[in-house]
Amino acid sequence: MSILLDASSKVIVQGITGREGTFHAEQMLEMGTKVVGGTSPGKGGTMHVGVPVFNTVAEAVGATGANASGIFVPPPFAPDAIMEAAAAGITLIVCITEGIPIQDMIRVKDYLRGYPAARLLGANCPGLITPGVAKIGIIPQRITKPGHVGLVSRSGTLTYEVGSALSAAGMGQSTIVGIGGDPVLGLTFSDVVALFEKDEATTHLVVIGEIGGTDEEKAAELLGRGSRLKTVAFISGRTAPEGKRMGHAGAIISGNRGTAKSKEEAFRKAGVAVAETTDQIVSLLS
Amino acid sequence: MKLLEYQAKEVLASLGISIPAGRVARTPDEAARACSELGPVAVKAQVPVGGRGKAGGIKLAQTPDEARAAAEQIIGMDIKGFKVPLVYCEGALDIAREIYLGFTVDRDARANILMLSARGGMDIEQVAEEAPEAIARLYPNPWRGPLDFELNDLVYRAGLGELARPLAAVIKKLHRAIPELDAVTAEINPLVVNTAGEIVAGDAKLEIDDNAVWRHRDLDQRYGSVLEGDPYEVEAKKRGLTYVSLDGDIGIIGNGAGLCMSTLDLVQRAGGNAANFCDIGGGAKAEVVENALAVILMNPKVKGVLMNVFGGITRGDEVARGLVTARDNLKMKLPLVVRMSGTREEEGRAILKEHGIEPGASAWEAAQKIVALTTTPAPR
Repeated sequence: MSILLDASSKVIVQGITGREGTFHAEQMLEMGTKVVGGTSPGKGGTMHVGVPVFNTVAEAVGATGANASGIFVPPPFAPDAIMEAAAAGITLIVCITEGIPIQDMIRVKDYLRGYPAARLLGANCPGLITPGVAKIGIIPQRITKPGHVGLVSRSGTLTYEVGSALSAAGMGQSTIVGIGGDPVLGLTFSDVVALFEKDEATTHLVVIGEIGGTDEEKAAELLGRGSRLKTVAFISGRTAPEGKRMGHAGAIISGNRGTAKSKEEAFRKAGVAVAETTDQIVSLLS
Repeated sequence: MKLLEYQAKEVLASLGISIPAGRVARTPDEAARACSELGPVAVKAQVPVGGRGKAGGIKLAQTPDEARAAAEQIIGMDIKGFKVPLVYCEGALDIAREIYLGFTVDRDARANILMLSARGGMDIEQVAEEAPEAIARLYPNPWRGPLDFELNDLVYRAGLGELARPLAAVIKKLHRAIPELDAVTAEINPLVVNTAGEIVAGDAKLEIDDNAVWRHRDLDQRYGSVLEGDPYEVEAKKRGLTYVSLDGDIGIIGNGAGLCMSTLDLVQRAGGNAANFCDIGGGAKAEVVENALAVILMNPKVKGVLMNVFGGITRGDEVARGLVTARDNLKMKLPLVVRMSGTREEEGRAILKEHGIEPGASAWEAAQKIVALTTTPAPR
């Protein structure tokens, strides 16, 4: 019926008393997400947006049985927040924070090897949403609609764009996953594609990639080895000048790998339809 | 933050790595003086891109007059879009052998990778392609760094066993740039063994993670402002914007790098050319929007602006208010097409309409609209 997040997921918000944490915890609650609490060191024992606040993630897990977390803390503190969540036994860690230094994320990734059950989404990602059921992160519920299309994307705003177009065309989504645009990430395209492959409720798949890295190429290879999903891919950044950094640290073109062209070719070779504009995605999928 | 060669070498020296004697010269006279002090020198253009040798940016000078002439030619020269602000005059080295040493972030492995090769000095990318086994690699533990035996092993695997001790020491020093400076790429190519058997950095490239600059304000203050880059990019940086100048005439503002990049793609597809990439990011406030518009309007080539905002964390009403204020403050008369949706989009659209800005429908329609509006010259 969905991947990663369903009605049974118990969610906490790390940084719940901050501006973004507050706003998005409310949005998550509003659509019915089981937000069971939040953390904010020094504010433990209080209530915020109607849920209990704890000083540490371990306290929150002990008191609520939380198994998922959304992180809304500033970059200097986010790496520690991710590791704290893993150490406390959280199995789905969604880090929204943008601007975490790469070296911090490399250390975090290494730390997470000690917690194989913990899955990290992001950082610098919009999170995920299972329409009509639950969300962790900042994807607006209004652009979604329950259904059978799996959507996985590196870009936040392009996810909304495509989700919105799919919903408008009556093509609901099983789960929408934004993996984030940083060079060092948690879940990859391949990880998420493999999850959708196993999800019976998902029949169609949209992959939205961008220039930089080779995760798209790897996901294309995976799909090329045999897939039951009808898939459309879209790659942004075909007109981006080489070597110019474009905001996402990931969006750097190096050599022949990682270009929009190499990614599109990889998908075509795998028998996946490639959309040239986001508007084409819907028609190619139907 | 990409450091220039002389800056990277200063940093390497601060880590304890030997560098040749050198002087920065901003004028031909300074280059001549450097040569009279150092003897024969290489006069090297300082730009944050590779390939300057092929572009004529490195000249050897035996005498101060030759150094002056070389600097005259090189300073102000354009290398891959960078105007050379200054040259670095460096004493010649007695080279016995040339080694390649570097590290970067291996995105696929989600780790740093240290690389060492006995075949330095030539095109290392060609070596990587033709003889990948000639480059020894090591993924150092990101918490404690490489252990001595791992470095030793790396050196032996690179076929440089006779230099094991001094080379391992240099690699260890270079590695310090990762935990201490948040370096994401460093390269010494060639790492020179001179005829006296000393190991010296012949060239240096160093890039510091922009996301970590807050931890290294000293480096930013010292090196961040030396390069006279594109004036709009400089202004955008001052205002804290993610902005890249491009060649076209349509200003672009978007939120999120992916959406912004796809907006550029759409403008090109519609037959236009973007003047810039400007990502106002998540949570963009009114002030940020005004800053973005102000920088874009500085560019006299810009004939119109397309703004594409799809909100998650970004709130439509804030964006709209910022846009109206910015347009009024800047007395902007150029065509402005705004595509906006997402969180609080109704409020945002209402504000725009109230102030006479018509929001576009889809991104593709908005791109076609701005291209149509800017193909005939409009009054500024």
